[in-house]
Amino acid sequence: MADEDVVLLDFWPSPFGMRVRIALAEKEIKYEYKEEDLRNKSDLLLKMNPIHKKIPVLIHNGKPVCESLVQVQYIDEIWPHKSPLLPTDPYQRAIARFWGDFVDKKIYGLESRKVWSTKGEEQEAAKKEFIECLKLLEGELGNKAYFGGENLGYVDVVLVPFYSWFYAYEKCGNFSIETECPKLIAWAKRCMEKDSVSKSLPDQDKIYDFALHVKKVFGIE
Amino acid sequence: MAGELVLLDFWPSPFGMRSRIALAEKGIPYEYREEDLRNKSDLLLQMNPVHKKIPVLIHNGKPVCESVIQVQYIDEVWHDKAPLIPSDPYQRAVARFWVDFIDKKIYELGSKIWKTKGEEQANAKKEFIECLKLLEGELGDKTYFGGESLGYVDVALVPFYSWFYAYEKCGDFSIEAECPKMIAWVKRCMQKESVAKSLPDQEKVYEFILQLKKIFGIE
Repeated sequence: MADEDVVLLDFWPSPFGMRVRIALAEKEIKYEYKEEDLRNKSDLLLKMNPIHKKIPVLIHNGKPVCESLVQVQYIDEIWPHKSPLLPTDPYQRAIARFWGDFVDKKIYGLESRKVWSTKGEEQEAAKKEFIECLKLLEGELGNKAYFGGENLGYVDVVLVPFYSWFYAYEKCGNFSIETECPKLIAWAKRCMEKDSVSKSLPDQDKIYDFALHVKKVFGIE
Repeated sequence: MAGELVLLDFWPSPFGMRSRIALAEKGIPYEYREEDLRNKSDLLLQMNPVHKKIPVLIHNGKPVCESVIQVQYIDEVWHDKAPLIPSDPYQRAVARFWVDFIDKKIYELGSKIWKTKGEEQANAKKEFIECLKLLEGELGDKTYFGGESLGYVDVALVPFYSWFYAYEKCGDFSIEAECPKMIAWVKRCMQKESVAKSLPDQEKVYEFILQLKKIFGIE
């Protein structure tokens, strides 16, 4: 089961793609990384994800798996023996899935994007809600080293990619996430000590440059 | 294993219907509690403090929130009866993809159909039908999305059928005319007690929508 053809269609700043990179690295699965130009999507991408036409797409032995949360669970189920990400207990799994869903709805929802793409009152409201959501996550983390306990788990993999975007949010929003949520930043730094995470996340400065570029292209101040 | 099961719900919610169907498929008894969403119970606020939404499944005092998570939980705890989620990891990934698609598209587009008018409504209707056609494609010649028996995608999608009449009346179109295969699938599902008893009457849902429109001042 181990050695098969694994291809990841991705885009370097995508936190969704980063989730899959981390999961594959945790499981020590070799794969081919293919960078997509989202303004000029490849035929392969359009063929493998005709519904949404989005990255990341995981192609395993020629068969596509789309949507990052679906991909992370798939990876965890196909390669269960190394670094299990989801708990075995059904209730703990439900909790992990709940927080994974929360991250998708709130940390990368339309509201939180307003932290870097808007100004004035709209931005202030977005910043406030963003910090509230991070604090809820801090509460869920509690005193654990990782959301997964002693090791990286599903929620860690789902959330930590956004750390690469924090600097961009802070510069655009003129605030400090560490001041507001020190526990969460401590957790992120613990995650970054792991190769699977640090090698999957791009440099925060590069993300900031990218965000500035996107703002320019879309005419956002 | 059954223990104490409570479902905090709201009768027109398609999300609540998913959990009702899953529990019925497995033959699991539970206590149904109707919430008044304008006056949420202390229990609801305590069990779902993050979103304060229904449905909430409370198993032996512990809450499970979000309907797709509840259905997966129910399937995992009561795995011996009427399995909903495929055992093959790839088929599971395919099922999860389509449930995610339904969550991203059907509810929001359906809401636009009854909440808006003019061009916005026309666009929503068009996209709604396109999405149903994509789902018809995924169904193919199968009896159910789950194959020979109800599966995860069936459970996630069929509740919206109870809202179709409301969408059709508000949007002035026929879903059956555009997507006959989908309606045929729905009718097959409705022959199952677990589905028929979990979905409210379409007319009641339509009346509910008319009431909401009045309250929100929507034409």
